Amino acid sequence: MIKAILIFNNHGKPRLSKFYEHFNEDIEQQIIRETFHLVSKRDENVCNFLEGGMLIGGSDYKLIYRHYATLYFVFCVDSSESELGILDLIQVFVETLDKCFENVCELDLIFHVDKVHHILAEMVMGGMVLETNMNEIITQVDLQNKMEKSELLLADKCSFA
Amino acid sequence: MSDVVEKTLTALPSLLSLDSQPGSAKLSTNSKLGSLIRGITELTSKHEEEKLIQRELSSIKEQVSSPNTTMRQMKELMVRTIYCEMLGYEATFSYIHAIKLAQQGNVLEKRVGYLAVSLFLNESHELLLLLVNTVLKDLQSTNLIEVCMALTVVSQMFPKDMIPAILPLVEEKLNHSKEIIRRKAVLALYKFYLIAPNQVQHIHNRFRKALCDKDPGVMSASLHIYLQLIQENPESYKDLTASFVTILKQVVAGKLPMDFNYHSVPAPWLQIQLLRILSLLGKSDQSTSEVMYEILDESLRRAEMNHNITYAILYECVKCIYTIHPKSELLEKAAKVIGNFVLSQRINLKYLGLKALTYVVHQDPRLALQHQMTIIECLDHPDVIIKRETLELLFRITNDQNVTVIVEKMLDFMSINKEDHTTADLVGKVAELAEKYAPDNEWFVETMNTVFSVGGDTLQPDIPNSFLKLLSEGFDDEEENKKLRLFAVNSYISLLQGEPSKLPQRFLQAICWVLGEYSHLREDVEPDLVLRLLVKLLNIKSTSSETKSWILMAMTKLCSGGAPLSVPLEVSETYSSSMDTMLRQRAQELQYLSQNPELQARVLPRGVSQEPMEVDSSLSFLDGFVSEALAAGAAPYKPPHQRQEELSRSKALSLEPYGLSLPISMSSCSIADRQSPTLLSVSSGLSGDRTDHSHKGGSTTLKLDGVRRVWGKEGYLAQRESAEETAPVEAPSPLQPLVQQGDGDASYSQTPTPIPECEQEKQQLASSLFVGLASQSSVCLMGKSEQTSQRFRRKLKDPAASFPSSTQNPLVSPPSSVGHLLLDSSISSDLISSPEQTHLSSVDLTVANGEVELPDRDMKGIKSTLLREDSALAAGSSPHEELDRPKDSCLTSHLPAELSGLPHSEITPLCTSPSLDLSSCHVQKDDSLVLLVFMKSSSDYDIQQIQVQVTCEELEVSCVCDSPVEELKSHGVVVCQYFLTVKSPSVYFVLSGMMSHQIPDNSLQETQFSHRIPLTSFLRPLRLSTEEYGTMWLAFSHDTKQNLPLMMDAEEPLTATLKVLKDKLQLHVVEIIGNEGIVACCLRQDQPCLLHCRVHAGMLAVWLRSPIPELPDCLLYHCQRALQES
Repeated sequence: MIKAILIFNNHGKPRLSKFYEHFNEDIEQQIIRETFHLVSKRDENVCNFLEGGMLIGGSDYKLIYRHYATLYFVFCVDSSESELGILDLIQVFVETLDKCFENVCELDLIFHVDKVHHILAEMVMGGMVLETNMNEIITQVDLQNKMEKSELLLADKCSFA
Repeated sequence: MSDVVEKTLTALPSLLSLDSQPGSAKLSTNSKLGSLIRGITELTSKHEEEKLIQRELSSIKEQVSSPNTTMRQMKELMVRTIYCEMLGYEATFSYIHAIKLAQQGNVLEKRVGYLAVSLFLNESHELLLLLVNTVLKDLQSTNLIEVCMALTVVSQMFPKDMIPAILPLVEEKLNHSKEIIRRKAVLALYKFYLIAPNQVQHIHNRFRKALCDKDPGVMSASLHIYLQLIQENPESYKDLTASFVTILKQVVAGKLPMDFNYHSVPAPWLQIQLLRILSLLGKSDQSTSEVMYEILDESLRRAEMNHNITYAILYECVKCIYTIHPKSELLEKAAKVIGNFVLSQRINLKYLGLKALTYVVHQDPRLALQHQMTIIECLDHPDVIIKRETLELLFRITNDQNVTVIVEKMLDFMSINKEDHTTADLVGKVAELAEKYAPDNEWFVETMNTVFSVGGDTLQPDIPNSFLKLLSEGFDDEEENKKLRLFAVNSYISLLQGEPSKLPQRFLQAICWVLGEYSHLREDVEPDLVLRLLVKLLNIKSTSSETKSWILMAMTKLCSGGAPLSVPLEVSETYSSSMDTMLRQRAQELQYLSQNPELQARVLPRGVSQEPMEVDSSLSFLDGFVSEALAAGAAPYKPPHQRQEELSRSKALSLEPYGLSLPISMSSCSIADRQSPTLLSVSSGLSGDRTDHSHKGGSTTLKLDGVRRVWGKEGYLAQRESAEETAPVEAPSPLQPLVQQGDGDASYSQTPTPIPECEQEKQQLASSLFVGLASQSSVCLMGKSEQTSQRFRRKLKDPAASFPSSTQNPLVSPPSSVGHLLLDSSISSDLISSPEQTHLSSVDLTVANGEVELPDRDMKGIKSTLLREDSALAAGSSPHEELDRPKDSCLTSHLPAELSGLPHSEITPLCTSPSLDLSSCHVQKDDSLVLLVFMKSSSDYDIQQIQVQVTCEELEVSCVCDSPVEELKSHGVVVCQYFLTVKSPSVYFVLSGMMSHQIPDNSLQETQFSHRIPLTSFLRPLRLSTEEYGTMWLAFSHDTKQNLPLMMDAEEPLTATLKVLKDKLQLHVVEIIGNEGIVACCLRQDQPCLLHCRVHAGMLAVWLRSPIPELPDCLLYHCQRALQES
């Protein structure tokens, strides 16, 4: 199970946080801070796995992260997930974002938090990996975007009338 | 591709500052979210940000509550609120609006609404109930996207109680024509299974259908469920092994559509999942394992591509090969793969290689030996995570020859590591190693000193406990014991002479105990000196009051040595007026005992061998006191959980109709603070130990030091367990002939690889680390505890010394027993009954614990009724038992036909009214208990409208016919049936009932009655195999231990005793081996209770475990009675 997915930038500013297990609001913020603290002090040439530390529940939990330029993508998972599998899942996620936003950058994530969440929802559902196939994810997201466009058109027409 | 991302992301800062640049044109810069974000980025301090967001939130609040806000605006507002929440600012006001948006918006607005709901709320949030209807509606929608959204939100969080409402709809979606819907439905059902397994019990075969779905996506979603199910119960799914193997074969062979390829590896995630499932299925099962050898080989061969994801598959493959029944060829290949991982330059792979090594090292220590130089390098790796993993590996290969080096490495690591969690973990490991393999006294004591000071107060409490236990129990050699203790005393005195204020409290407590017990061993040190050191400690501000009471106890022990009394008197003077009752108690003891050397010598005898003290855990010596109190009208004792329950019930309305309302902490409490049903509340009042009951106070709380030892070295179950664990290990040895072991030897002694000069140091380290690994590999195979040269082998006073129920907490060893102190001193003589009263008849015991409904009755009356197990206590009129007896027999003929062949209890009168006699009995069916109520008319006229209601808090009572009995003919008999099932176990279940009927003048007559049924009537044998018993045992958390009388006069006491239990309580004896026996029973299929019995010192030490917190205590009570009666 994936317990949480966090994205923050090099300064620890959260860009996306999704918890699949309930924590208190304060604890969630603490987890984000602690995770940033743990991840940010790691060099480039070390492994991408970390132990979860106190907050997120003992040695059964792992933080698996990737660092892309200004952003850290961190997945917090329990022992039932494959470390390398998750590492590539992060890659799939980022590639998908890149396709959907056409050259994704931090700003996309900031201004379209909702869209990022929607994309993520097509990949991970309730803490379980739903889809790992990038094309399939994009098809689903496109389907929803198409609808968005048609509705916007409809709304415009209505306002004209 | 990632280069592109990187390039864009590096260009970010410039974009942020200059938003008029073309690059940012695609961003909605003019939106309100845009301006909010820009506002935040311009800020410099956290404080400013807080102000800005609060302003933003109040403006959002205003807008969302305005009736003019359209749904479209609402959507935009929600996105802004999500942003604020992400930054950690609560916007509770918006939650209800998020739900409203999900309810009322069009598809897009709904989507944002659902998103907001899933981010803001959790499954226990009360507002979530408002969402149920929306979800229901959307699940029925024809719009695919709406259905998808509903399924997504349902699998993120859904109130547990509401699952039945939507379950049929979700189930229906398994047949949907679109695979995306089917797939999401499968995952939603999996989520339901996780939070409420009982609810989806009936659709297990639908899961099988999902597994066979023509769409690979749906199939792979169903693997989530199977992984979980197989983990819980591998036996039931063995038949699927072939299917999983076939699926994996097809995947590996590339039969799936190209779409599923990732970097030209076919469906890697699917492969990983399947490999995990296979390893669960093949674990210690040869025939199942054989089915998968071929595909595992194939997987290993195919996964040769040099990409990250293939390594993921390889890693799973290797783990699987080492988990299932071993096959030498595969093991060889797997070992090679592990080697590649460990030697890899990629750090992630190195990490996994170390993990794999750790996983397999107890099966194949030679593998670690092969890679010893790499492991040494990893110890100095710049990455702490790698280091940490290496230490984990070293921990597994520790033996008595390399322990000093390994522990040193671990301590080194701890000194640079600042993370609490890791420290606590490592400290535990060091303590374990030190205790097991310490080469000499000095090393042991010094290592433990470091453990205590580094571990600080995050130390698990069992570490100091087992350390002190080791000191007090000692080993076989008395001389050696003395040396160790003396060394500890020396070391502690010098520590206290230094700067004790820096030491953690737990350490100080241990020091105090040791000084109190053993400082007399050092003849050149005056007790006065130690006393002064302790006083110094007392006066340090940071000393906690718990530590202070340890200090006072130590002083009490020291005083017996004829030390000058001025110091202790002064101290006890100060603390006897302390606010802390615990401290005050200790101060009183100190004062009293230091002035009364004779009593002191009796209570705290010095230098006696520390035989385990006989503890009367049933506190039978209090029975007299209790029965007096009860006779005087005191309320009967309720166990803490019941008290808590009642308390919480009276405080708040329970919203859950049948939920277990125990707070979680209570269940853990019931593990630590075990109390038999015979333990009365009076005892806790007496001991005065409020805070550290589990530490020193209750002689009833036998504290255990850790699971491993709990089983006992020669315990039957422990052997079974280790046999299971080592099964796959022992098997390869015939396949890998002895020659190989010789190889291992050689590789250590001759160091086969040529060594460069600079490597010499490392080589040296390696030889000290891996010493003993090769030569003892056969010994290692059997598990470390079997090592012969173990130093601190516990002295085995009797074969059961390591068995938990007889294990003494070192802190309650005889010299410091609180119980003794209380009994012997006059402080409490008025509270406790005198020793003469200790042995009361079992009947009185029953009275003390049984439910006493009628306090005004005299003792004799209760005794007589309670002696008859199932008798009824009539509340209305006094029962005319002797008169009724003859009538009862004729009622037997009225037993319903379908129940007549089954065993039933004696028919007993319930109550009588002028015109009606009520009697009852219960009939034991295989799966339930039926209560029969006989209504016999004793009047000359017909009785109308008879209604009988029966209720019980702990039972679920369902009436077979709910309608009132219309008419009862004169002198006729009518029978009512009630099905009873246990909700929460209790020693006795008291059913209270009310009977009403009309008498001829049309007035309604009501009579109340009550009926008692013992728990034994609900017990059924649980037929298990020893293996099943073993797995169940490990899964249960609530346990209880007690000594029961053994039928010594029989030829085989254990067999005879268990037979009595079997006959009287319907238990199932699973197996008896030597002086141990395992027994199982259940209330319902899902309410089992397991018993582990062992003959020890003329008693039957029983250890019960069950998933139901109250069940062990209740069952124990009946076992006790059954044995006392026989």
